[in-house]
Amino acid sequence: MNANAQALNLAPLLDVQGVCKSFRKPDGDELVVLENVNLTLRPGEIVGLLGRSGSGKSTLLRTIAGLELPSGGNVNYLGQPVVGPAEGIAMVFQSFALFPWLTVLENVKLGLEALGHPEADTRSRSLKAIDLIGLDGFESAYPRELSGGMRQRVGFARALVVHPNILLMDEPFSALDILTAETLRNDFLDLWGEGQLPIKSVLLVTHNIEEAVQMCDRLLIFSTHPGRVVSEINIDLPHPRHALDPRFRALVERVYVEMTSKPRGDRVGHKAERFPGTGIGTTLTHVSSNLLSGLLEAVSEPPYNGHADLPAIAEALSMDVDELFPVAEALQLLRFAEIEGGDIKLTREGSEFVKSETDERKRLFARHLLTYVPLAAHVRRVLDERATHTAPKSRFFDELEDYMAEEAAEQTLRTIISWGRYAEAFAYDDARQAFSLENPA
Amino acid sequence: MRLDRLPISVLKTRFIPGGWDVLAFVIVFAFLVYVAEAALGLMGSLAGLEATPISLDPSALVGYAARTALRMLIAMLASLLFTFTYATLAAKSRRAEVVLVPLLDILQSLPILGFSITILFFLSLTPGRVAGAEMAAIFLIFTSQAWNMAFSFYHSLRSIPHELDEAARSFRLSPWMRFWRLEVPFAMPPLIWNMMMSMSGGWFFVVAAEAINVGNTKVTLPGVGSYVALAIEQRNLGAIGWAIAAMFVVILVYDQLLFRPLIASADWFRLEQEAGLTPSQSWALTMMRRSHFLGLVSRLFLGILNIGGGRSRSVVIRPRMAPDDNPGRRFGDFAWYAAIALIGIIAMLKAVRFVFAEVSPAEVGHVVLLGFVTFLRVGVLIAVASLIWVPIGIYVGLRPRVASIVQPIAQFLAAFPVNLIYPIVVSSIVLGNLNPNIWLSPLMILGTQWYILFNVIVGASAIPPDMRYAGQNFHVSGWLWWKRIALPAVFPFYVTGAITASGGSWNASVVSEVAEWGKQHLTATGLGSYISRATDAGDFRRTVVGIVVMALFVVVLNRLFWKPLFARAERKFRMS
Repeated sequence: MNANAQALNLAPLLDVQGVCKSFRKPDGDELVVLENVNLTLRPGEIVGLLGRSGSGKSTLLRTIAGLELPSGGNVNYLGQPVVGPAEGIAMVFQSFALFPWLTVLENVKLGLEALGHPEADTRSRSLKAIDLIGLDGFESAYPRELSGGMRQRVGFARALVVHPNILLMDEPFSALDILTAETLRNDFLDLWGEGQLPIKSVLLVTHNIEEAVQMCDRLLIFSTHPGRVVSEINIDLPHPRHALDPRFRALVERVYVEMTSKPRGDRVGHKAERFPGTGIGTTLTHVSSNLLSGLLEAVSEPPYNGHADLPAIAEALSMDVDELFPVAEALQLLRFAEIEGGDIKLTREGSEFVKSETDERKRLFARHLLTYVPLAAHVRRVLDERATHTAPKSRFFDELEDYMAEEAAEQTLRTIISWGRYAEAFAYDDARQAFSLENPA
Repeated sequence: MRLDRLPISVLKTRFIPGGWDVLAFVIVFAFLVYVAEAALGLMGSLAGLEATPISLDPSALVGYAARTALRMLIAMLASLLFTFTYATLAAKSRRAEVVLVPLLDILQSLPILGFSITILFFLSLTPGRVAGAEMAAIFLIFTSQAWNMAFSFYHSLRSIPHELDEAARSFRLSPWMRFWRLEVPFAMPPLIWNMMMSMSGGWFFVVAAEAINVGNTKVTLPGVGSYVALAIEQRNLGAIGWAIAAMFVVILVYDQLLFRPLIASADWFRLEQEAGLTPSQSWALTMMRRSHFLGLVSRLFLGILNIGGGRSRSVVIRPRMAPDDNPGRRFGDFAWYAAIALIGIIAMLKAVRFVFAEVSPAEVGHVVLLGFVTFLRVGVLIAVASLIWVPIGIYVGLRPRVASIVQPIAQFLAAFPVNLIYPIVVSSIVLGNLNPNIWLSPLMILGTQWYILFNVIVGASAIPPDMRYAGQNFHVSGWLWWKRIALPAVFPFYVTGAITASGGSWNASVVSEVAEWGKQHLTATGLGSYISRATDAGDFRRTVVGIVVMALFVVVLNRLFWKPLFARAERKFRMS
């Protein structure tokens, strides 16, 4: 190996410095998606970006691939700034993004054709990639004839055939069922471990903690609103890693703690009435009341008896972080539970809720909703004050838009409508798009 | 319009009429007065109509535009009535289906001028009165609106999901309730889209419908179409400009008062209960929802729809008969098909005798030859339009902002009556001494090419972002990008648009193979001009020969060319 190549190997493949990304909302305000993100990718490692959906990880991945440009900061690939789709960076998509009118072979060949490789070379390299990824015999099939797992194999083959230095993976296994995802992950890790893959390093975006611990050498934990790296965890377990290994469990636990222990100032300690007008702008994730009572019941039952380890309860309910966290956070917001250090603990009212019958539950829920969720209190107050006891949805929508993006406002209102209906605190008529106090008798 | 921000003291009582009420009342009242006035005109005599000729004064255009708009509304209501009955019968009765669906296919391929042979019938209904002529005009507009609406409704009824059908049956909904509660709401979104297309179709032929001219019968009804006809006769360019403006206003009013509220309310009927999609906005719909007055009217209407939904009504449930095993049913089928065959044979014999009484077989052969000339024209024009509009459509479709500007413009252009272009085309052909056989042809595709553009725009904007990213990530660009990504992605959409454009162009050939501007008449050889000449002369036999040959061309073309292409596009190129 000559000196040049050695220098290349030691230097980072990818260097992301202070990357920011924001979008301008229609009203002129800026919505910050990424804030001061730093990361480096060195040859020979798999780095994971772990965060909840909507945390901007996918935006970061697209920025690195040169599909989007950052609003600030630099992305350097092999010492050169990335200003457009870069050669040597290939991507695997969550939705596979295969072209339905091309066969497996044609899909795989596409990347080499685009680079202007001679046909014979293109064909033999594509066949080799298809072979490597275990799709031998399916060359002439169309994507719609393949199962999800097989389709993603085509996605991998298409990315590998161009011999990229960096493979970007955007939640590549999350559209697959558990068993298929497991098989595909293991096959990929085997090929990686044997050095059969024509790539230097991998950047994996995921919201699945176990997947991240199983695959990565280094984990970057992403926060939401705005997205930034809040901590980094090195994983030095030897491959193959087993999910039941105590060291593996300990790492999973540690990731959970990291993901739940951040300070969440805006969610704790305010009573709705203390600062009128503030707190309305909190984005609410839509969680159905069924899920809320379901999680409360699960935590209250043995063996947890009101105090559960989040990874354990996630596993027991076979829920993803993405599904579990919003429920737990909603419970925390409503003061039915507390979350700390990767654990969830029911409050006194939470336990009371579990023990009650339907009507009592609704009363309790209504009280907490109107006390701890400022927006709910606000809606109720407006309805009480008006002589007609009705108010159009647009009234609150416009108010929310001062604080958040249109989509978030829509979602927040949906949450409030659903919770308000369950609590029977107010009614909503979708056809007229209006809140009211009249519950249909 | 931020009424909800009013201080509470203003909103003291519940039934105080709000601003929305005032607006609603004004619109409804103006409409009623107008309809009453128009109805009075119906009783007038045709002689009286001739005594007050069309005036090219722009101020008269206001009244004309309102009359045309009203005619279109009545035709649209008639089309809806036809849709709800004809398509429902076709979808519900197996026996009716075998007759009604092919019939619809043929009706759809007949040129609207072919229906002008019915005009004398309508005039004879109310001898000497305007009412008959109005009916004839409305019927002509109806024939340019109804068929595709009925077809869309039929298609929706046949594709109602099983669970919904079973739910409706297990709740024992009466047929009336089932129709209004399940079938109409389900079919609404595609039906609305078809109503909008039909409206454009109605405008395209508005001149032919209002300035009735069959043989010796000449009736000119007050309306935008007659105004345009007169403006062309008198070579008045200014009047043409005013007509375009009036048409634009009427289309805009229709869009605001009818189609936008319909689209916005149709969002509620969509099956996918996907939240997060912001519903379409319409001020007229908001007015209808906020106004107490209209609320009362709509409650009355809903009450009528609920008739037959009594709760404790005992419905006798008949066990559904197993098909085919029942001898009675088989006999019924036999009798039915035999009757149809008999009627068909008799009708054909009658038609053949009627036609060949004057038209020689050699002339029929000549008409078929003319059909091939028009066929060549349609083929070349569709190819040329595709070459132009597919790349533009893809470019526009990938840019949502541009698309939102281009789409309404294209929609307006699709409604643009071909007669309005006569001045430009005829003058240029005469001035340049050009061959009308070639240079009149573009008129055929004038109104229909937009369907290619519409559909390609929709197709391009439906390409999933991930697929576009994949293309960029793997550096697919230039011709490879068009060949492997863009063109295949829009192909199924393109085929849909091209089918519509092709059918429409055949139809339009009747008004575009002939063109006139004042005293100058230009004719291109073809089936369209043959039909046009025959109707002008009031020659029913030749008109029938012409439209039958044209219908055959369109149906055969659909079966042999478009249908296989469409099936292939659906199979290979659809996403997911």
